Amino acid sequence: MSAVIHESDLNSEAHHHGPPTGFKRWLYSTNHKDIGTMYLIFALVMLFLGGAMAMLIRAELYMPGLQIVNPDLYNNLVTDHALIMVFGLVMPAAAGMANWMIPMMIGAPDMALPRMNNMSFWLLPAAAILLVSSLLVQFIPGTGTPVNTGWTLYPPLSVQVGLGMDLLIFSVHLLGISSIMASINIVTTILNMRAPGMTMMKMPLFVWAWFFTGLLLIIIMPVLAGGVTMLLFDRHFGTSFFDAAGGGDPVLFQHLFWFFGHPEVYVLLLPSIGVLGMVIPTFSRKPLFGYKPLVYFMGFLFALGLIVWAHHQYTIGMSLGATTYFMIGTILISIPVGLMIFNFIFTMWRGSMTFETPMLFAIAIILMFSFAGVTGVMLAVVPADLQYHDTYFVVAHFHYALIPGAVFGLYAGVFYWLPKWTGHMYDEKLGKIFFWWTTLSFNLTFFPQHFSGLAGMPRRIIDYNIQYIEFNQISSIGAFLFGLSHLLFLYIIIKTVKGGEKAPAKPWDGAQIGTPGLEWTLPSPPPFHSFTTPPEVK
Amino acid sequence: MSTADQYFIPEPSRWPIVAVTGLFFTVLGIALWVNDVNIGPYSVILGMLVVAYLFFGWFGDVIDESLSNKYNKEVDRSFRQGMFWFITSEVFFFASFFASLYYFRNISLPYLGGEGHLGESHILWEGFKYSWPLVNLPDGTNYTQLKEPMGAAGIPAYNTAILLTSGVTLTWAHWALKKGSKGQLMLGMFLTIALGVTFFALQAYEYMHAYKEMGLTLNSGIYGSTFYMLTGFHGLHVTIGTIMLIVITVRCAKDHFTKDNHFAFEGVAWYWHFVDVVWLGLYIFVYWL
Repeated sequence: MSAVIHESDLNSEAHHHGPPTGFKRWLYSTNHKDIGTMYLIFALVMLFLGGAMAMLIRAELYMPGLQIVNPDLYNNLVTDHALIMVFGLVMPAAAGMANWMIPMMIGAPDMALPRMNNMSFWLLPAAAILLVSSLLVQFIPGTGTPVNTGWTLYPPLSVQVGLGMDLLIFSVHLLGISSIMASINIVTTILNMRAPGMTMMKMPLFVWAWFFTGLLLIIIMPVLAGGVTMLLFDRHFGTSFFDAAGGGDPVLFQHLFWFFGHPEVYVLLLPSIGVLGMVIPTFSRKPLFGYKPLVYFMGFLFALGLIVWAHHQYTIGMSLGATTYFMIGTILISIPVGLMIFNFIFTMWRGSMTFETPMLFAIAIILMFSFAGVTGVMLAVVPADLQYHDTYFVVAHFHYALIPGAVFGLYAGVFYWLPKWTGHMYDEKLGKIFFWWTTLSFNLTFFPQHFSGLAGMPRRIIDYNIQYIEFNQISSIGAFLFGLSHLLFLYIIIKTVKGGEKAPAKPWDGAQIGTPGLEWTLPSPPPFHSFTTPPEVK
Repeated sequence: MSTADQYFIPEPSRWPIVAVTGLFFTVLGIALWVNDVNIGPYSVILGMLVVAYLFFGWFGDVIDESLSNKYNKEVDRSFRQGMFWFITSEVFFFASFFASLYYFRNISLPYLGGEGHLGESHILWEGFKYSWPLVNLPDGTNYTQLKEPMGAAGIPAYNTAILLTSGVTLTWAHWALKKGSKGQLMLGMFLTIALGVTFFALQAYEYMHAYKEMGLTLNSGIYGSTFYMLTGFHGLHVTIGTIMLIVITVRCAKDHFTKDNHFAFEGVAWYWHFVDVVWLGLYIFVYWL
């Protein structure tokens, strides 16, 4: 694939299309790069907010007994930590990368619907205000119990708690609108805005990953909206959707929630798999091994992900047929995921590998995410899951899936694309220190939780039996180190934005081969408006 | 349609942030209102006013841009695909309510009545017998008694006929637009709007009747809950659809559309047909079966 770009094409519109100045540039933006930047900054802020909550949780669990917070506040922190990390960190960061990269990768002038793009972003701060208010409102007397339900918001508890729950419900509504709009925009951009010659099967893997992510979100977010709307009606308008006395069933909420919640896991994972599909070929200096199968595996994962939700609910008492179906479906998921992992390993096989920070993250992801896959298969098996359900084993499993699988993937993306975004190379030495620090402290935090879980420590409870004290103390120390490592992350980003070695159009000696996308044909940083005239892809 | 060779990228626009502000105050207001915080209603009114202002402003800009030929074929295709995916998301929103109805009727309530492999949950309320419509609740202490369920004959049947006819008149108007006969177009649009308004009025009458005489309320157990959730959200969509039809009719009167460039018309028509199809599902699963 090659693309011919002339400097004059890039600047032909510059006379009336330079970046606007002042607050309007950001508040009124219709530029995919600026909106992408705002998404990424928002995600970074949320990373520290959600991280601070995690630090409080781990500080409380350093010792058995009650030390810092009361049980209701503790459970509220658990609830908001999850919601902030899922909706505030991972999804916005992935959407920010989509905004920045997809138009440049496929040779589009911008996103398909630029004004709606801005609205999808600005809904997030509004939703974040509601989410934080739902936490703070408990300190005003007379507002009822805090949202102590966990992020799953299961009734009947969620019907009984106070005002905070209503704020949270509407926060979820705004987040849903935001995700649906962003997804409509991304899917439309991918289908409609590709440069001539950029066929679907020439698109970089990251674009494919976001295509399936977008489709998933368009399907699942409305169902969550329907579920929380029923919750709102049960709370205030006398309906009985989740009350068996009135003919309803609280278990229905679990089905609706997990119809959203399970595919949501793939929403978080797929963009990071897309990043791996960019990073691994670059630093192996080989085209991606089995590009087409990788696309098909993602499609398979998309379809399968939508029909296995009830494996989160084995303990509710489903029929034997249903339980067996969900178990087999869930175990089947390990096939496309395993094949993807093999494709990435074969991409590295006999490659001319170097180990820059993004590549280190990519390799760590393959190891640790596979580990999460193994505990995932354990949890998929019904008789085993009945033992593990609601223990720290589950906590350890999904943190191994989501931190390496989603968050480290985004870190790899940040280090991989920072030179493109800012025009400066990041500090490789600090990047490597950050990698080792964060990876080791992550494992120190969550590895012991497998053992405390297997020994029976339940999740979402503020206190624990003294038999679990050692595991929890190791976990807490790991968590503090893990949290601290992110200050270095912040420092590296600020340092790279402010200056540093000039990045060429194709950093790392032009190692991007295979299907790397058109972003490397642009200078670093790219002009404010790229590809106003579509490039020709041969 | 414009033959501009460059994809239209709008200048920075204030509308998205206005939209977010309006939505924020609306939902914040509702959350406070349902908890009897007295600033709630004011916040809702403020939010709704901002949203109304927004619609005039944002759509006004889009109409201006369209009339000054800034949109080429690619932009038109983006709008079409965007509308398609939006309606897809709406389908899944309604699917969550239809799926809930299915779940109650075929899974959870039969168990509670002693049928199936989880029939032992019958011990919760031993006298409970499952039938649909569910008139006798497992425990009606906190609920009002349903006197009479909604039948399929009468108003619901008329409404089905009305909505199906409105789909036909809308398509008739679309044909007129394509062959350039303005009289037929305007007549078709007026008929469609009139049918939409009639549907709405009959539905409102049916609700009042149900509330006052049949004891069918949001509070009359799961039958009332699912009935109002499904028909209520459908009614909301009919209302939005009717407003959209009115806007489009005004634009038809102002000759905004040409034979081969009238995406706004088609987008509204898709939406109206979608609302139509949802009603068919409602008529079959909520009223009839």
